[in-house]
Amino acid sequence: MKTQKTTLLCAVSLLAAGIAQAGDYRSQAIALIKQDFHPRGIATTDRIHEEGLQAVCNRTSDKPPAAVAERLQKDQFDAIKWPSDGKFMGGDWKKGEKIAQSGQGMAWNNKPSQENGGSCYNCHQIGPKETSFGTLGPSLYQFGKLRGYGEDIQKYVWGKIWNAKATNLCSQMPRMGHSGTLTEKQIKDLVALLMDPNSPVNKE
Amino acid sequence: MKKRIGALMAAAAMSAAFAAHAQQPMKQPAAKAPAKATQKATDATTADFEKFRDVLEEDNPAELFEAKGEELWKAKRGPKNVSLAETCDLGLGVGKLKGAYVQLPRYFADVDAVMDAERRIAHCMVTHQGFKAEDLAKKPFSSGNYTPELVSLTTYVAGHSRKMKIAIPQKHPKEKETYQIGKEIFAYRAGPWDFSCSTCHGEDGKRIRTQNLPNLSTPEGAIRAFQGWPGYRMTGGVMHTLQWRMNDCFRQQRFPEPNYVSPSITALLSYMGVNANGQMYKGPGIKR
Repeated sequence: MKTQKTTLLCAVSLLAAGIAQAGDYRSQAIALIKQDFHPRGIATTDRIHEEGLQAVCNRTSDKPPAAVAERLQKDQFDAIKWPSDGKFMGGDWKKGEKIAQSGQGMAWNNKPSQENGGSCYNCHQIGPKETSFGTLGPSLYQFGKLRGYGEDIQKYVWGKIWNAKATNLCSQMPRMGHSGTLTEKQIKDLVALLMDPNSPVNKE
Repeated sequence: MKKRIGALMAAAAMSAAFAAHAQQPMKQPAAKAPAKATQKATDATTADFEKFRDVLEEDNPAELFEAKGEELWKAKRGPKNVSLAETCDLGLGVGKLKGAYVQLPRYFADVDAVMDAERRIAHCMVTHQGFKAEDLAKKPFSSGNYTPELVSLTTYVAGHSRKMKIAIPQKHPKEKETYQIGKEIFAYRAGPWDFSCSTCHGEDGKRIRTQNLPNLSTPEGAIRAFQGWPGYRMTGGVMHTLQWRMNDCFRQQRFPEPNYVSPSITALLSYMGVNANGQMYKGPGIKR
């Protein structure tokens, strides 16, 4: 364990050194951002500080060395909160659809009292009735039908929604559970949307 | 003037009609090739919008704001009671407007800094006319019936670059540096959702919902983002500048709010604008 951590530390410092050599525009950019942003509503200025994973992705243009990626992905994976009753299924796909539709959450105009959504349709095709969907992420239409309804897939979906970085370190997808955007119950409803054979995603 | 207001009202009515049209359920995607089928439908929606824009721009609502901006530019105003026309240098000489907008952001020796159009106009209002910077930053964006003076002024200035080629200078070391800093800010991922500008604007052919996302790292994408601003935005029916566009991107990025006319925004506008260099700017227009 200790050796692993030391290796990682070395890798990260090497990365940092590499960037310093390449030019100082990055440091100048960060200095400007720190100077030019002010808190508004729930969006506090601590948000502009890169956390470890973000810093690694930023410094490697989203292509970290495999050894670094593996180690950091494991940390992310280990922090995933699995369903407290041990069941991935049992959620309500109708509620899941509403969560997938809602773009509410985490922006400065959103109130802490409002329930967050997942903004899923912003980037993914999901249900057959919604034609207004984005294409930044892959289509999830017929997700369970195409991949099977087994517990391994259920677990994969749960993990992906909770923390997409656990399986792909610099994924563009937000870490919906990890960031506190969605609750355990909401994620269960989203798993139902993708994995319930009766959900329109799979049925129609 | 009456004709212009008529045009504006027509624009508002048409924007409502367009929104309704866009929301009509389209043919459901075929199960086998869902992505392809809906891509087609979205392209049709975009084509429809382009048609609307062409019709509307024949009697461009942006001209209303240009007219207001012209009054503000020429009038003696502020505690020092001078006009911008007789004091403000946008890079080509005091009061010179022709082509100034398509050559901004640029380096200004008097402040030893690179400034974008709106920031430079704000600078002139503060330095020459004696307005207070904090007052200009209090409510800098249009909403409802309210249009900030700086929005009208920026629209007026931009109108003098209609149908001109974008030629943002990259000669001065600070201009080059600003571009590079902008490129870094563009790629900087942070915040609760790990987003950067590049998350949405770094790839070709992507969409959020049905909204096409220009890839701002390419000349083709950058011109699409530069084009049409300042723009009469169909959503909300108000006039907005690139300052607003950048501000709203940061909201969606789940970042805190950038200060109004800050150097970070100049850097991003420099990155985007230089990437669009050599292409024709149509002038203030209409945005979805």
